Amino acid sequence: MTSSPVLDLRELSLAFGGLQALAKLDLEVGVTEIVSLIGPNGAGKSTVFNVITGIYSPGSGEVRFAGESIAGLAPHVIARRGVARTFQSLRLFPNMSVLENVMAATYGATKASPAESILRLPRARREEREVRALAEEVLSFFGQRLAGYRWEQPAYSLSYANRRRLEIARALATRPRLLLLDEPAAGMNPAETHEITELIARLRAERDVAILVIEHDMHVVAGCSDRVVALDHGVKIAEGTFDAVANHPAVIEAYLGRDPEALAEHE
Amino acid sequence: MSGEALPPATGPEVAGPQVGVDEWVARRASRREYLPSWPGAVQRAAERVGWWPRLGIAAVAGLLLPVLGLSGFQLQVGIDSLVIAALAVGLNIVVGSAGMLDLGYVAFFGFGAYGYALLSSGQIGANGIHLPSLASIPLVMIAAAILGLLVGLPSRRLSGDYLAIVTLFFGEAFVEFTNNVAPNTFGGANGIANLDPIHVAGYQFLSNASYYYLLVAVLIAAMAALRLLETSRTGRAWRAIRDDQLAAGSMTIPVDRVKLLAFSFGAIVAALVGTVYAAQQISVFPTDFDTPILILIYAGLVFGGAGSIAGATTGALVVMVTYDGILRSPTDSGYLFYGLILIALIAKLRPWRRLGITLAALVALGFAVHAVARAISASWVAGAPQSTGLIADVLRYWLVIPANSQNAGKAGFVLLVCLLIALVQIKGNARTILLVPTIYLAAFVWETILSANPSITRQLMIGAILIVMMNARPQGLLGARRVEVPT
Repeated sequence: MTSSPVLDLRELSLAFGGLQALAKLDLEVGVTEIVSLIGPNGAGKSTVFNVITGIYSPGSGEVRFAGESIAGLAPHVIARRGVARTFQSLRLFPNMSVLENVMAATYGATKASPAESILRLPRARREEREVRALAEEVLSFFGQRLAGYRWEQPAYSLSYANRRRLEIARALATRPRLLLLDEPAAGMNPAETHEITELIARLRAERDVAILVIEHDMHVVAGCSDRVVALDHGVKIAEGTFDAVANHPAVIEAYLGRDPEALAEHE
Repeated sequence: MSGEALPPATGPEVAGPQVGVDEWVARRASRREYLPSWPGAVQRAAERVGWWPRLGIAAVAGLLLPVLGLSGFQLQVGIDSLVIAALAVGLNIVVGSAGMLDLGYVAFFGFGAYGYALLSSGQIGANGIHLPSLASIPLVMIAAAILGLLVGLPSRRLSGDYLAIVTLFFGEAFVEFTNNVAPNTFGGANGIANLDPIHVAGYQFLSNASYYYLLVAVLIAAMAALRLLETSRTGRAWRAIRDDQLAAGSMTIPVDRVKLLAFSFGAIVAALVGTVYAAQQISVFPTDFDTPILILIYAGLVFGGAGSIAGATTGALVVMVTYDGILRSPTDSGYLFYGLILIALIAKLRPWRRLGITLAALVALGFAVHAVARAISASWVAGAPQSTGLIADVLRYWLVIPANSQNAGKAGFVLLVCLLIALVQIKGNARTILLVPTIYLAAFVWETILSANPSITRQLMIGAILIVMMNARPQGLLGARRVEVPT
């Protein structure tokens, strides 16, 4: 773990009425570190993402990104600071073209006013060129998968796996320092899952981002994470390397139920 | 009016793309949109012409139209159509691009008109205010932009039906306001009269022809400006929040601000059109900016395809020329009425044998009923159809019209509605058989009461045309097919 983490959650708590979704959660993600967040359904994993990205405000505790508190900021402000995400249930802009989906995510990085855009003044033209180049560069990250004729197609016409890739491309277009991937391999076949695992490693290597990934597929978790954090009922139950967490009795209990003998043996 | 046994190409499975449709399927569906043989070739050739050349062609056509020699009535229809078209292009920003159901839009049109009226008449003060047009029009547009922001502020957290209710209230409030508040300033129900004409650099727009050209210029300029905006970061942000607000927020787009921007731009366009409209009418009245105008703008936008600038324009022009021009003249509306029935039959009745038998049965039914009715009593066929000219000649020995046909027409109308409902419910051969008397009855009702009451009939006709359009092509004439994200 690096000395100054890019993301630092401290004693984060959030309750929905009587349901304690997150309870005093501490979580750090170092610069260009890959951390996996695992846990059974309803453990609060996506809630963590929603709090980091400003969709929910934390009940108490701190959310620090790059040393500054971002708790309570609007989602678009947090995104501009350098936190990008994908969604568990795909949330593309389905009626916009593939290229436009990616270009839309550069809104915060551009400044041309509507009047400048209408008159196509120099700044608007320059930004438009840069944005298009960025979009093409980001899409080329996925090789032939999102290349060529697909650029002009509406996003709804893409296959499921390509839509997941496009969501990652769109998130990259915001030039993030921290990328939150919510189940990137959900619904993918084994070959595509393997591809996603390699992709996550490539993202860090080539784009210098820290990645926090929620994933149920343990091949992906084992294959890409520096560190694994397990959640259950909003509480961190284990943290460490994949092997340590995967064999931790509390994690096994959370997924499979209690085995008193194993628990006693471990202690 | 539709036959049974729809051909598979128009069935529900290709009516719109669905989430999860594979791209091969999507491409195949888009290929299928082309018509077969040479109409398809024309379609493809037309598609190779870019957006801007098309706008140029439309502009030239619009400017050359009066050279053909339009009557005063036709010119007025043209002006009204251009006004609604420009309004539809502005509404398209809010509804089509940003996806907000704004039912108060017509109030911005009224605001522009009243703003111009107050600044260009003797209404305020002893001598009134008579600003030059180049000052008053931009002033009104800026004020409308600010008003758009103010209306948008409380509305920005509302979506869907709730936004519709709040904005509808705003639209109605505008009419009530101009009707009742400060009658010395706003003129109450009598409105404001004797407005200055628009005058720019010594030229005064006085004739209707000059306003026609001005409106063509305004419409083309609005289309061009909004096209440039649509393909910029602002336009992309609008479409992003239409498709998925939450995702847009997480992708650096400030959702609230972008919504307000859409409201403001819609208001600016509406106010600009309002100023020209007020100057052309030389007066403004509260009722000019009431719900019926809003419905016409929406009808045009929906008909042409919300989300498409060209669609909004085309749709509004088609709807307005039909509504304001063709449907006002009993003869022209007769041609439209029978023409649409014939086209619907030809398009929907398959195989050809079925179409031939239906038409033959229709002709035979008419002559038979006419002969029987005349044999019973001469007074049963003593009436004349409302249509004149060719249609009247064709119908003389086919359609039974009694001497005093008004009450029979009203009864026939009720029966016609029942038959249409029955027609929709039943299927197979029974539907084709019922189709024959239904069309005969429709002709009867048309010739007895509908054709004689164009003010009501034209609204029914526009409604019927919209229903047919929404069934045949839900995305509208030029609109793109769209998927909705379940939220």
